[in-house]
Amino acid sequence: MSELVIKNLHVGIEGKEILKGLDLTIKQGEIHAIMGPNGTGKSTLAYTLMGHPSYEVTEGEVWFDGENVLELEPDERSRLGIFLAFQYPVAIPGVTVANFLRSAINSRRRAENPEDKGVPIPEFRKMLKEKMGMLKMDQSFAGRYLNDGFSGGEKKRAEILQMATLTPKIAILDETDSGLDIDALRIVSDGVNALSGPDLGVLVITHYQRLLNYIKPHFVHVMMNGRIVESGGPELALHLEEHGYDWLREKTEEAA
Amino acid sequence: MNEKPKVVVTSRSRRPDTAAKEFAFGQAELPGGALAEYRNRAFAAYARTKMPTTSEEAWRRTDLRFFPADAFRLPAEGAFEDLPAVPESLLAPLVGDKHGGQIVLTPGGASVELDEALAKKGVVFTDLKTAEREHPELLERMMAKTVNPEEGKFAALAGAFSQNGVVLYIPRGLQVEEPFHSVLWGPGENLAHLSHILVLVDEGASATFVHESASPTESGINSMHAGLVEIQVLQGANLRFVELQSWGKHVWNFSHERVRVERDANLDWIFGAIGSRLTKNFSELDLAGQGAVGRMSGFYFTDGSQHLDHDTQQNHLAPNTTSDLLFKGALKGKSRSVWQGMIYVAPGAQKTDGYQANRNLVLDDQARADSIPGLEIMADDVRCTHGATVGKLEEEPLFYLESRGIPRPDAARLVVEGFFDPIMQRIPFEGVRERFQQAILEKMG
Repeated sequence: MSELVIKNLHVGIEGKEILKGLDLTIKQGEIHAIMGPNGTGKSTLAYTLMGHPSYEVTEGEVWFDGENVLELEPDERSRLGIFLAFQYPVAIPGVTVANFLRSAINSRRRAENPEDKGVPIPEFRKMLKEKMGMLKMDQSFAGRYLNDGFSGGEKKRAEILQMATLTPKIAILDETDSGLDIDALRIVSDGVNALSGPDLGVLVITHYQRLLNYIKPHFVHVMMNGRIVESGGPELALHLEEHGYDWLREKTEEAA
Repeated sequence: MNEKPKVVVTSRSRRPDTAAKEFAFGQAELPGGALAEYRNRAFAAYARTKMPTTSEEAWRRTDLRFFPADAFRLPAEGAFEDLPAVPESLLAPLVGDKHGGQIVLTPGGASVELDEALAKKGVVFTDLKTAEREHPELLERMMAKTVNPEEGKFAALAGAFSQNGVVLYIPRGLQVEEPFHSVLWGPGENLAHLSHILVLVDEGASATFVHESASPTESGINSMHAGLVEIQVLQGANLRFVELQSWGKHVWNFSHERVRVERDANLDWIFGAIGSRLTKNFSELDLAGQGAVGRMSGFYFTDGSQHLDHDTQQNHLAPNTTSDLLFKGALKGKSRSVWQGMIYVAPGAQKTDGYQANRNLVLDDQARADSIPGLEIMADDVRCTHGATVGKLEEEPLFYLESRGIPRPDAARLVVEGFFDPIMQRIPFEGVRERFQQAILEKMG
């Protein structure tokens, strides 16, 4: 069983420090939620873990499966088992969902064995059909250009489809609920829940409690001003729903 | 008191260090034969026309100062025997699994194959020299019918001296399924490969024709090609014409091409360009009869210091005509592309529907794409639209693909393939698509 360990992480973008010493450990099998107001660095954390080149780590460590994650390229992190469901997935015009997923799978196979000929087409088709069925996606979806002209709900479902296909060990869901109506939210959540289990660690990033009615976290953390300021069980999310963040703001200011 | 701002105009074009060189070919080298009159006329134009310079609008972005015109000579009869042979891979069918006929043009030679059944039905598919001997009456209907050899230095050169060429004639009403395939193979040093392609698809007939120009790449030497392509698609006829240009990177390449599409006839014209050191190509579509339809689809991929200049013209000369042009290109290294397009609608050509778009993807900082659309409309009830874009490879899509485990070079290749997909969708030939995919792979390293 592996764990993602984040120690004293400091991250800046264009010289401005956003994460100011963040500590967090996520084990496979656990579901964590990070909540917090806008602009506290939640998405910065997600992008940094995936290795976006615009984010500069100035201090701290991230370890997973015995690897120093911060030294790896984004594609290596992905192949190690880290997955990010983007808040705003970008369109890749001209590349179909199926072609893209096949490339992603084949990249994994080739990293293991440079001689690999790639996943056989019938096997790939069968797998894709099954995963799309689970997410209640029409089969024609596979032939569309990735995220190109997708509705908000389609984009988020496509993210979960990728997660289902790539079977990560740690999945970070960045504001996966944003832009979803209640039906889409349910489908996406059902997908995540179906994939959850002892082999998957999940980090749900959200600023609404709403998503946590569908994806039940074991741990809830509150992030403010680049740090985790409070951690607890599912009841913490409910408390935040009722009382907002002000009481925490006061508490952290007092502590400072 | 208002002081006028000082305006300083700095010219970006450098003065030529040396004047462009001129060709050394003289009247003595003119071939005789059935086309003597045509060739004499072309020669006169060749002799009186100067090498184009960047002060001419059409050549403003393509500079011939370093073009060693005086170094070239015409290949002697049988010259191919001492030169590298055409690779087998170029002879495989790009369309379907079987040819209706195949012609291989080599320096000083040609080989011709034509399906016997098609020959019996009246199809002519042969090289220019043979046609001069055996089909002079047919050449009367084909030569100088769409391209005037007087319209430029290179048109005149090719018209006067070309001994190599393809003549394709499809008789009235005949539908030919099997594609015709010709390869112009141009190895050698300091050779001027001159070609003249002539196609006539008679009324109600239909055919597919694939023509490929190629040579090995040899560094440190020069070679050139100048060609004419003259095509007529007569009333109610149908032609799919695929042109692939994979000259070696030492080849200077020039061509003047024009297709005339008559009433209710249909042309699907596909261009693929990945080779040559420098290309200047004039391609024109004349929609000459009511209801004529022409589609032009082009892809190019340049790298190193390649320079490809495509000048396209869609001429709507009759009412109810439709044209649709899409050219897409990717550029690497210090390469440069120019696309200059014009839709012309003649007076009275009402209900014209004209479209042109050029999209470029610049992959390296030093590569450059110029995209210049144009409309000239002399009728009032028309629909003409155009678009031109030059974009770069963006970071966010690459990061997105990398975050799924795809290494950066593969991610870049996927984005480039995706960029070309809309043009691949317009090419109904698996073999042509595969050839281009292969070129993308090679150029992306």
